[in-house]
Amino acid sequence: MDQAIKSNPTEVLDSQQMTALLVRVSKERDKQAFACLFQHFAPRVKSYIFKLGSDEAMAEELAQQTLLQVWRKAHLFDDSKAAASTWIFRIARNLRLDLIRKEKHFEYDDHDLTQIEDESDSPEKHLDRMQHTAIVREAVSQLPPEQAEIVHLSFYEGLSHGDIAERLDLPLGTVKSRMRLAFKRVKDTIGGTL
Amino acid sequence: MTIHHHLNDATLMAYAAGSVSESLSFVIATHLSVCSTCRARVAEMESLGGAELESQSEMTMSSTALDNVMALLDDDFFVEESKISKPVANSNIPSPLRDYLPHEYEALEWKTMAPGVKYFTLDGVNAGKGTLRLLKIAPGVTIPEHTHEGTELTLVLKGSFSDEVGRFKAGDIADLDDDIHHQPIADTDEDCICLIVTEAPLKFKAMMPKLFQYFVGM
Ligand SMILES: [Zn+2]
Repeated sequence: MDQAIKSNPTEVLDSQQMTALLVRVSKERDKQAFACLFQHFAPRVKSYIFKLGSDEAMAEELAQQTLLQVWRKAHLFDDSKAAASTWIFRIARNLRLDLIRKEKHFEYDDHDLTQIEDESDSPEKHLDRMQHTAIVREAVSQLPPEQAEIVHLSFYEGLSHGDIAERLDLPLGTVKSRMRLAFKRVKDTIGGTL
Repeated sequence: MTIHHHLNDATLMAYAAGSVSESLSFVIATHLSVCSTCRARVAEMESLGGAELESQSEMTMSSTALDNVMALLDDDFFVEESKISKPVANSNIPSPLRDYLPHEYEALEWKTMAPGVKYFTLDGVNAGKGTLRLLKIAPGVTIPEHTHEGTELTLVLKGSFSDEVGRFKAGDIADLDDDIHHQPIADTDEDCICLIVTEAPLKFKAMMPKLFQYFVGM
């Protein structure tokens, strides 16, 4: 398993490059770097939105809007917290919910002053965010089919757990427990590669 | 202070994927703002979304797309503030809840639901067919036993309550599976204030008209 993950240097490099480009946009307002990000991500965001059920014109529009937001919010990007792809995914996700489903997706405040110190858990092992995307992707691809299916329907088709239960004709509890197992497995795989 | 009760993985996954309703995401985000443990977990899950984005097949953009967007880069824009206003600055109320309350807890216009139980409904957040409100439960008062049709999340903001699952203090969140019956009781000498979201109306074990008889002060 380790080998499969580590034998994918191109992707790691890609992800690293993208994050470096986003840092340039963030810190230097570098338009050339932005154009590179656009070329890489806009066609992928378009595809993501399209697969979630929008028509092509809407997917195109949302992809452009997402990238525009990337430019406008770039000062908020923190490369110690997320890879570029994860950060851009969040923007695309929220925009889609906002504009298509007409629902807000509330975000948490990372610097909330009301934070409660949590001593019950040891701090998470800090991942190298640059390598993260490729490793997670590999981990997902190794899930047992019944778990992969649920992750897929949730992320890639945007279905709620209730919808998934209905679609697969499974009890809601089964859907939730498969989701839990999938996450645990992905986490274990990630942990094992570092 | 320590948080003992967290969101479960299935709920966090749904939040990360963007498949929870607006009102659920509101309560989840409010817990995340106080809980670094769940924040770290949700960040892992969102990276699944990032990985998915990376592995999407590419769909050709229109030939003018890049030029369109580049032409907008120098425009002035309002920095997107997701928050509507900040009526309660410097308060102990976590965000995003803080941004949707006109006053600190005590100064809100609480309405009576039953003896010892008051509620405040949050405007400005779409709760669909469910409910989103603050509940203020007087010491020793019990909420009647009920089961859930849909998801219910209860985030403690002040004081504490106990039920069959355990004791819930400020910051703790009860993320219950649908088939659990529970009967929370405010268990200290101060009011317990919590934020509760339900996705479908609660199904009380007793008939609705009898509901009020079940609120029993100690
Ligand atoms: Zn938590």
